[in-house]
Amino acid sequence: MSPAEKISPNHTITATRPSVTDQVDAVENDTSSLDTSTTEVRSSGSGAVNAVGFTKRHNFLFSEVSLTFRRPRNLAMLGVLVLVPVLLGVALRTFGGPEASDGAPGIFTQITGNGLFLTFAALSILVQLLLPVSVAVVAGDSIAGEAGIGTLRYLLSVPVGRTRLLLVKYANAVVFCLVAVTAVALSSLLTGLLLFPAGPITLLSGGTIPMAEGLLRIGLVVLYVTAGMAALAAISLALSTLTEVAIGAIATTVVLVIVAQVLGAVPQLAGLRPYLLSSWWNDFDGVLRDPVATEVMGQGLLVFAAYTVIFGSIAWARFNGKDISG
Amino acid sequence: MLTVQEDITSSAPPGARAEDYSIVTRGLTKRFRGGQVAVDHLDLAVPKGSVFGFLGPNGSGKTTTIRMLLGLVAPSEGGWELLGSPMPGGLRTALPRVGALVEGPSFYPYLSGEANLRRYDAADPTVDRRTASARIGDALDRVGLTAAARKRYRAYSLGMRQRLAIAAALLRPRELLILDEPTNGLDPQGTREVRGLVKEIAAEGTTVFVSSHLLAEIEQMCSHVAVMRAGRLAAQGPLAALRAGEAVRISVETPDVTRAEAVLKGLGLSGVRTGQDADNEVSAELGEEPAERICAELVTAGIAVRGLAVRRPSLEDVFVGLTGEGFDVAG
Ligand SMILES: Nc1ncnc2c1ncn2[C@@H]1O[C@H](COP(=O)(O)OP(=O)(O)OP(=O)(O)O)[C@@H](O)[C@H]1O
Ligand SMILES: [Mg+2]
Repeated sequence: MSPAEKISPNHTITATRPSVTDQVDAVENDTSSLDTSTTEVRSSGSGAVNAVGFTKRHNFLFSEVSLTFRRPRNLAMLGVLVLVPVLLGVALRTFGGPEASDGAPGIFTQITGNGLFLTFAALSILVQLLLPVSVAVVAGDSIAGEAGIGTLRYLLSVPVGRTRLLLVKYANAVVFCLVAVTAVALSSLLTGLLLFPAGPITLLSGGTIPMAEGLLRIGLVVLYVTAGMAALAAISLALSTLTEVAIGAIATTVVLVIVAQVLGAVPQLAGLRPYLLSSWWNDFDGVLRDPVATEVMGQGLLVFAAYTVIFGSIAWARFNGKDISG
Repeated sequence: MLTVQEDITSSAPPGARAEDYSIVTRGLTKRFRGGQVAVDHLDLAVPKGSVFGFLGPNGSGKTTTIRMLLGLVAPSEGGWELLGSPMPGGLRTALPRVGALVEGPSFYPYLSGEANLRRYDAADPTVDRRTASARIGDALDRVGLTAAARKRYRAYSLGMRQRLAIAAALLRPRELLILDEPTNGLDPQGTREVRGLVKEIAAEGTTVFVSSHLLAEIEQMCSHVAVMRAGRLAAQGPLAALRAGEAVRISVETPDVTRAEAVLKGLGLSGVRTGQDADNEVSAELGEEPAERICAELVTAGIAVRGLAVRRPSLEDVFVGLTGEGFDVAG
């Protein structure tokens, strides 16, 4: 045995490139074993166990979320999103709503009759571009932004673990989607109730439902739109792992959204429409039927899930093998 | 003893075990896309408890090596160990015990120094949350940033940024500190403070692996040195052993260079050279001869001696001796 082998008896030199990070993450689930204080609490078997374990394991997510909601840029975007329903409501109140004979979608013609419809109208407008843009800004920045300012190499040498970092970044983007969509819904509700009459909702299918149930259905819409935006966030996250320039990932996402919208609008390409993510974002008016038309929304959710899985996997595969040399 | 382009084994004493080394690399190689070999079959052995200087001119592969050690960049070939366990499999458990500064400080410009440290601390799943504030306060205190803790990072000077990066590496007790050019951008006072800090940390038993292209700086704080040249290891070993390869020299300043040279040669000194640092200077290897006797001989010979100096070999001399070249950027 040569002295070199004595120094490192169980050392294996591999000519192939071992994925540095696969192996980091393989031990990921095992963090609690390193985590002395959690172990202590656990052995005492008290009810505080989960609370302590939770904050410890999710502390990085809290850090991430609070960073996101402290950045002036993100707050400004939320501000714009919240403002749109207000402007829409004021405009409708001032100039009167469109008539059904104008060819306006059913949702719009009903706003002046019932304020709750403002939520549907505002979301169907914002889901076209402004919501996707704000989601792209947060998700596209997530990895590329850290790489660009160099904090990525320090986070990884802490070590946060690459898979964990991606998961936390994605979870953060989803939280942002939920907050943004909820903020739009709340702002619409408030504006609608202030400016227009409120009461039982006349459904697109004819019947009426009480206002409380209307609110519940608005909750469903919020979740549906959030799922659609979360799928976009997965695309943006994948793009974010490909570059060290955040604006590149953001702009590419927005361009993709616009291209998809254009393709979806070309009648000759109707066959393509079901495969485009953006075609499904607006398909939430099923909740305005009785019973709730789950079929289209169910298909939409499947498309969102497919996009999320595919682009999440791309992000993971790409990020795990990546050399961090920025 | 001195090792030149030799295997790690010659610098590791016989019977050495993996546990005696904080860092071991074997044939570590990085070939970047495009074919450039930034690190070429590097065999490092960093003994536990040492302050290990990792020297090399700009572009010699120091930062690339450190990136590989930390698992940021995957080696094209070769393997390495940190704190006794083989990597990359053990990164998850080893890295929390390693503090690192890689290629300059990087922080969130819109956060304060303190909030930045809190952010990195939150990323560590193995640390005790309840002690975070105390540890962050201590780290800031150690690098003298307490007063600027609440200032935004954007408003930090270069030296303050560098200090904050060192504070981040000190967020928890470490067994190994890897510092890539830690004094970059610091004023002389700051440089001295960092040197003091490194010594203090080493005295607590932490191994410090510090890269630099400044020979003099490494010389002042390191017990061991490795010298890189164009991605290859030119030498490594204890500083004293490296120095032993170069002789102590005596140099005489005199207007009468030719006669002084004759006297030194007459005394049987080897390596007599003239006009190396200045025109009116003669130098020779001191060998066993006491300096005072040489002085007396010169004066007896009627030579006007303006100055006499005994020069211990500097790392620069060692480096020139090893490579026959200056310490400049390799293409
Ligand atoms: N991502 C990369 N892609 C291609 N080549 C690279 C990359 N990173 C570094 N290199 C090359 O590898 C060589 C070593 O670079 P490295 O940064 O390791 O040097 P260094 O010793 O740290 O230099 P310095 O003292 O200037 O910091 C250089 O020639 C550099 O151009
Ligand atoms: Mg460098």
